[in-house]
Amino acid sequence: MKFPIYLDYHATTPVDPEVLKTMMPYFTEVFGNAASRNHEFGWVAEAAVEKARQQIARFIGAHEKEIIFTSGATESNNLALTGVAEMYKEKGNHIITSPIEHKSILDTCHYLEKKGFEITYLPVDRYGQISAEVVRNAITPKTILVSIMGANNEIGTINPLAEIGKVCKEKGVIFHSDAVQAAGKVRLNVEEMGVDLLSLTSHKIYGPKGVAALYVRRKNPRVRLSPLIYGGGHERGMRSGTLNVPGIVGFGKAAELAEKNMAAEMARIQELRDYLWTRIQQELDEVYLNGHPTERLPNNLNVSFAFVEGESLMMGMKELAVSSASACTSASLEPSYVLKNIGVGEDLAHTSIRFGLGRFTTREEIDYAAQKVVSTVKKLRDLSPLYEMVKEGVDLRSVNWTGH
Amino acid sequence: MAYTKKVIDHYENPRNVGSLNKEAANVGTGLVGAPECGDVMKLQVEIDQETKVIKDAKFKTFGCGSAIASSSLATEWIKGKTIEEALAIKNTDIVKELSLPPIKIHCSVLAEDAIKAAISDYLKKNKEVRTA
Repeated sequence: MKFPIYLDYHATTPVDPEVLKTMMPYFTEVFGNAASRNHEFGWVAEAAVEKARQQIARFIGAHEKEIIFTSGATESNNLALTGVAEMYKEKGNHIITSPIEHKSILDTCHYLEKKGFEITYLPVDRYGQISAEVVRNAITPKTILVSIMGANNEIGTINPLAEIGKVCKEKGVIFHSDAVQAAGKVRLNVEEMGVDLLSLTSHKIYGPKGVAALYVRRKNPRVRLSPLIYGGGHERGMRSGTLNVPGIVGFGKAAELAEKNMAAEMARIQELRDYLWTRIQQELDEVYLNGHPTERLPNNLNVSFAFVEGESLMMGMKELAVSSASACTSASLEPSYVLKNIGVGEDLAHTSIRFGLGRFTTREEIDYAAQKVVSTVKKLRDLSPLYEMVKEGVDLRSVNWTGH
Repeated sequence: MAYTKKVIDHYENPRNVGSLNKEAANVGTGLVGAPECGDVMKLQVEIDQETKVIKDAKFKTFGCGSAIASSSLATEWIKGKTIEEALAIKNTDIVKELSLPPIKIHCSVLAEDAIKAAISDYLKKNKEVRTA
């Protein structure tokens, strides 16, 4: 077993060796510019890009002409929101989203608010889900776009995209989904889900970093976008700039592998995830699952270990590369806005840890992780005045705290 | 967060973890911070009624590594000191000793507050009026 053990697959994933092998020739031998129409170098590069486009289109049930390559999911999300806002501003100025979207959605919304758009941040339920009914009730004649993530990056909760898509179709509103976390873990089909715009990124599905895509529907309705980046008119004019051919080739291969292996891989990972959660629950008291108990990504486990602060917990288990929503781990000293929005109290938000399992996670690693988590939590609870007070029967809410 | 060796040492081998009998007349208990803020320190002192020397000190802390280290260090420092000497410890002394980064200074403030709260509890119990 190699240390530290990587359990942060929501943040990024390693490039699959098979993906890397596919990419290699495109750095040196096949180095052409895919936009060079007049010689062999360009044609070969273009063919490789088109193959990747097909692989990615097939992965989400789209047509290859509907895939726009970008530099990252942040760009895809920016392009989807500002592209629609700019293009359809005559039609309306209202956009609907949720308060637990990724920052690349929320920050873009804040920018659009400054530009005069009205944004509705729909309330999420205690699991972080958005219901189609809530979306329906928020749509007005001015609504031009609904943007709801496929699955949340912190708590792994999966949204009912097909139901939301149906409402949007009925109301004639464009539907965008940030499917960065959902991709490769749950089946995505843009037709079945009624999605008009879908953000995907390579590095969360064992492809390289620095390459991503935005699916843009061509028919029923044909979605048009104002570009963010102007230039040579690449990608149907929606995203100029020389294509990152090796990156795109790798992304395509990663999508193909994800599609091929998803069912078996997710069954294996979910079993490991459930095993980890079972061990934690069996060996510790006062642990709470954040997010939906069943409608969640099979590789995600987000747990609050009450009375143990997240950063000190991570410090005690350096052998595990996990992530914490604790304020102390962030530069802002603010605990997770996702946990806050699903009603997790700040006291528990400080104690949460996110485990993200993936393709290369082994049973042996999860055994080690379970044992390490349990022993570290126990050690820190011996050190915790809160745990001691609760064990003595003190109601922590009745204490007159002297917080800063 | 890259911590200094001293912080890691206090975190891994915290000194004086535990609890004293908070009902005892010669024990003062300070509880500072709040769970919502992500750090709570309980610091206790046992005081020699004759000499006013801190015979023993114990702590328990909920918080990040710096908070644990700050309170651990505080108990180490106050043991054997008189009340007056202990009250003279400043948070900046803790910052210096542990080389805490600016974002963690509040941990040292909390440790100073914990010392003061524990001593104040002792003094209140023993009805002594202190002139500041």
